[in-house]
Amino acid sequence: MSGQRYVARSSETAARKFDGEMIVMSARDSMIFSLNEIATVIWESADGATRLDEIVATKICAQFDVDPDVALADAAHLVEELAGHGILVVSDSPIGAPGPHPESAT
Amino acid sequence: VVIEIGELAIRIHSDDPAFLGLLEQRYAGFVRPAPAASSDDSTAVRLELDVDIIDNAVGFGQQDEDRDEDLLVRREGRRWLVERGDFRAEWDPTSARGRVRQTANPYSIDAALRVLHTLLLAREGGFLVHAASVIRNGRAFLFAGLSGAGKTTIARLAPPDATLLTDEISYVRRRQERYDAFGTPFTGELARLGENLRAPLEAVYLLAQGRENNVEPVPPADASRALLRHVLFFARDAELPKLVFQAVADFVCRIPVRRLTFAPDARVWELIA
Repeated sequence: MSGQRYVARSSETAARKFDGEMIVMSARDSMIFSLNEIATVIWESADGATRLDEIVATKICAQFDVDPDVALADAAHLVEELAGHGILVVSDSPIGAPGPHPESAT
Repeated sequence: VVIEIGELAIRIHSDDPAFLGLLEQRYAGFVRPAPAASSDDSTAVRLELDVDIIDNAVGFGQQDEDRDEDLLVRREGRRWLVERGDFRAEWDPTSARGRVRQTANPYSIDAALRVLHTLLLAREGGFLVHAASVIRNGRAFLFAGLSGAGKTTIARLAPPDATLLTDEISYVRRRQERYDAFGTPFTGELARLGENLRAPLEAVYLLAQGRENNVEPVPPADASRALLRHVLFFARDAELPKLVFQAVADFVCRIPVRRLTFAPDARVWELIA
């Protein structure tokens, strides 16, 4: 189950938050990703030490009016997609030293 | 020959006097006398570049001069390696020395210089960007766009009191909380070297052609995405793309970025301020 996995920002990324919107660039291929509010929360919480289901329960469901099961399924789908692009790392065990915490421009 | 662009000086050594003469002609306005050994940092030569002129570039791969898409830039240990069909170059930042092997043409050295400047600028928050730029009333304005977006057209429509810095590749350096734009010898369709001047950067306009002239602000997130598409960056490297990203992100937080839709009409300049 993806929700019980750990997620961490890849060290091969650069990111900046502008007015709540996170822009992430993969240093591997220079692709640019725009993350919406919920994806931004997941990105900021992806410290490698917190499980995805905990992030959804404590951050997503606390801040947004969403169904917990749907939110977890969506989050699991999102992290798999971002991991496929190499900007997030997903693991069954805690991940050491995630990528730098993004700076905020606001 | 010392070629100074953006106040970064590169001294080019060659045994071929005809090639050095060609450079003096090609970079007229950007060639300056060699500084004294005791020069301070602002005028010191940042890089010594030996150019070996060869008879032909057979074996360098496909012969595509003047195509930046074909540039291969990578780091190998301390050295940067730059390759294109028409030349090979290497640069060691530690020793501040480099070498280029090319035939006696201006296009290869032009590409090598563009790459070297992007690498030098990335570490100090600056960049080269596909943009025309002009100085007017002591302030610089950039007009960014891909090929065909209207960089040359907007430069051509500029009023007589505007000074052209470039119609193709603009040079931006960070000066603490502000940015300066510099003239470059990198030309577009106007085939006219920019003036070797600088001015504080006032605003960036993302060019789009339309029926009417119109300006609208671009939020920083959109501005960073748009500008990253126009910034010159070639290196396959883990670290430098991050520096370029952060440089652009810092830039859009400090310099207004606007979308400029324009008809090919000189009145568009009434909107530039």
